[in-house]
Amino acid sequence: MRRKKNQQSKSKLWLIVLTVLCLCLIGISFLESSITSPIRQATGMVIAPIQKGINNLGHWFSGLTANISDVAALKAENDLLQEKVDTLTAENSQLVLDKEELTRLRELFDLSGQYADYDQVGARVISKDSGNWFDSFTIDKGSKDGIQIDANVIAGGGLVGIVTEVGPNWATVRSIIDDNSNVSAMISTTSDNCIIAGNLQLIDEGALNLVKLTDENNKVHVGDKVVTSNISEKYLPGILIGYISELNNDANNLTKSGKITPVVDFKHLQEVLVILQLKDYIASPTDTLDETEAVNDLTEAPQKETESERMTAPSAE
Amino acid sequence: MKRKIAMAALIIFSTLLQCSAFQLIEIASIKPNLLLIITVSFGLMRGKKSGLTTGFFCGLCCDLFFESIIGFQALIYMWIGYFAGYFYRIFYDDDIKTPLLLISAADLIYGISQYVFTFLFRGRIHFFFYLGRIIIPEILYTMLLTIITYRLIYFINQKLSKTDKRSVDSLV
Repeated sequence: MRRKKNQQSKSKLWLIVLTVLCLCLIGISFLESSITSPIRQATGMVIAPIQKGINNLGHWFSGLTANISDVAALKAENDLLQEKVDTLTAENSQLVLDKEELTRLRELFDLSGQYADYDQVGARVISKDSGNWFDSFTIDKGSKDGIQIDANVIAGGGLVGIVTEVGPNWATVRSIIDDNSNVSAMISTTSDNCIIAGNLQLIDEGALNLVKLTDENNKVHVGDKVVTSNISEKYLPGILIGYISELNNDANNLTKSGKITPVVDFKHLQEVLVILQLKDYIASPTDTLDETEAVNDLTEAPQKETESERMTAPSAE
Repeated sequence: MKRKIAMAALIIFSTLLQCSAFQLIEIASIKPNLLLIITVSFGLMRGKKSGLTTGFFCGLCCDLFFESIIGFQALIYMWIGYFAGYFYRIFYDDDIKTPLLLISAADLIYGISQYVFTFLFRGRIHFFFYLGRIIIPEILYTMLLTIITYRLIYFINQKLSKTDKRSVDSLV
């Protein structure tokens, strides 16, 4: 009986000791994260290769089943793609013509050399947050490949998130749909500033909150392009985030809020590109639209439009 | 000693599984909570002390792999493991209803505390949305996973207890 009681109090003691330890750790990581980061660095270094292995295995398995089941679907897709290739070829030849014109005009305006080409590194998503509440993931490249904290992460032509932690061979990325994420953004047509905030309540819609939009002249419409703003501290200017899908007046009648649809498919994210350049190093953050092109190769066509608009506007004067 | 190594391996393996492979079995972006199953099972099968240490290390692994605040998950898992230990008395070998109930209750508590500390404190007040969209689906999915994995965990525990006993016997 006494032994049992002894054991009881022993486990209670353990509980108290470990609780205090946890509280201390929480306090430390709140106040001074530099103390805890070496521990995380060490664990990350050991864990990242293992996660990579497990992940590869998983993909191999799912690929195997997909191979068997998808032959018919692939055939249909092939036809569809062939059609697309035809239309795109036609479109491409048109664009080549446009591009020549653009180069000519650009030389005319002496605008060449303004397009900073950011260094990027491709990385694979190797693991996701353990719970269901937040949306962050780990990638298999780290400081060895030149990735730093606050580096911007893109995929499929749009903004994915920002690097929050870096180890030698891994990095943690917080995506913009995370409930904690706030991105300073602007509307590409009017340069009105707003904030894009992730919200867990919108996960089923696949949307993001747009808040604090100042649009005094009512020129912003549903369908407008939202890009990262040039006054953001951490995000490079002009990276495409998404398109406005809903817009309402706020109760104060000064600002507007609504929703945007991001261009990135966050559900099926496997590879991402990390921009190695940080915001601090940008020489002149004025030409946001131009830099967009350097960042997003995939959305080249619509940007060309805005580009040529910009070009024609002064000449009309 | 052997038992401790085996437990460490089990915890690390499950955390890895939880973080990487489980995204393949996500339904509506909800994944089950394997670490909670392990914490509660060991609390139930072996008592308070075992529950609280298992919970502590499960949570710590989570924290180290992902969370920016170290110690928070460890704290929640540890308390859950400790309270699961209270049910050690009513633990029977062949019963799956008790662990099932206990694990779903623990997942409810886990979900609510997660909501309160990381969402309510930032002004996200729509509790019932989070309850219906995240917490309850997670509980259901975790219950399903419990039915599948509980036998395995039970078997592992039996194996480990046997090796423990044998080493004690050999000393005598």
